[in-house]
Amino acid sequence: MIVRVFSEGQYEIEDGAIDRMRELDARTQAAIEAGDDAGFRSAYDELLALLRNEGTPLADDDLRGSDLMLPPPDISLAEAQSEFSDHGLIPD
Amino acid sequence: MAGLTGRMSTVVKAKVSKLLDRAEDPGETLDYSYQKQLEQLQNVKKGIADVVTAKKRLQMQEATMQQNVVKLDTQARQALAAGKEDLARTALERKQLAQNELQGLDQQISELETQQQTLTDSEQKLRAKIEAFRTKKEVIKAQYSAAEAQVRISEAATGVGEQMADVGLAMQRAVDKTEQMKARAGAVQELEAAGTFDDLTALGPGEDDIDRQLKEIGVGSAVDDELSRMKAELGGGAPAAPALEQAGAGGSDSGASSSLDDTIASLDQAAQTPPPAAPPSEDPSAS
Repeated sequence: MIVRVFSEGQYEIEDGAIDRMRELDARTQAAIEAGDDAGFRSAYDELLALLRNEGTPLADDDLRGSDLMLPPPDISLAEAQSEFSDHGLIPD
Repeated sequence: MAGLTGRMSTVVKAKVSKLLDRAEDPGETLDYSYQKQLEQLQNVKKGIADVVTAKKRLQMQEATMQQNVVKLDTQARQALAAGKEDLARTALERKQLAQNELQGLDQQISELETQQQTLTDSEQKLRAKIEAFRTKKEVIKAQYSAAEAQVRISEAATGVGEQMADVGLAMQRAVDKTEQMKARAGAVQELEAAGTFDDLTALGPGEDDIDRQLKEIGVGSAVDDELSRMKAELGGGAPAAPALEQAGAGGSDSGASSSLDDTIASLDQAAQTPPPAAPPSEDPSAS
């Protein structure tokens, strides 16, 4: 599975890690909904750490698309709380 | 995944596939996107320049405020030397306010400084990202013109589309950040320009009320001097120390903070010894 972390790059990770990623993603989402900044930060950091530790970075000239996409590591709780809009993602 | 990653993925994928669906010639679309990215980078650079300008304006305000503090200090000394403790107190109160404001300004400026540095760093990263995008775009275009398997092209185009979204988001965040900083610097400035401060410490080419009262004291103190001399000659009593006496009598009525009282006490001492002559250049009323 290929995962892109915005502003960081793409990783290829074993499908076996998906369950743990899903769990951390759920924790991240729960913290976002609860407005729990510290909880959000720690859950999301853990998710990123899992990806970085167990995933393999894709080479720059690898042009495959990603199965999953994660917001930039420095995303704020407020940004995560807002519905992601496609504004600015790709110039119209 | 339904959480944060799910939301992000859905939005980005929708945007990318929309882009690719409507593109008749992916090469053209990619070139166009690249141009757009360069334009946005210019916006980020312009935003940083605006932030720097705002910061400089705040620094100028800081310098003015510092001059004000010096002036108020001088005024307080003059007033006290003339035995006008109430006036000295007023000047010192204003000085205190000005110093508080200075601290606030100082903090704002150093925060702007830090954020400016962050933005400059991210601008450089963006530049590198755009360059990487340009390289990939050329690869895609070459594949397209070589009419390789359509599937592979669209797969690669998806990857580049994501890349584009990545740069786009980073750019958007940088622009938002500069906007926030500009707004914040602007707000501080507005507060300074229109706020509580101006009427308290008006420092202009014209004289303020403290200057006016000091001038009156100047006249009055000449009379006072004459009087004390006369008193000394006639009664043989020691020349009065009016500032000290009044400090004892009027210390409690203005509700000033103890730090102000301390300052006044130390100024009193200074007034007891030969009163420090006010530097004339600091006082507009002297010219």
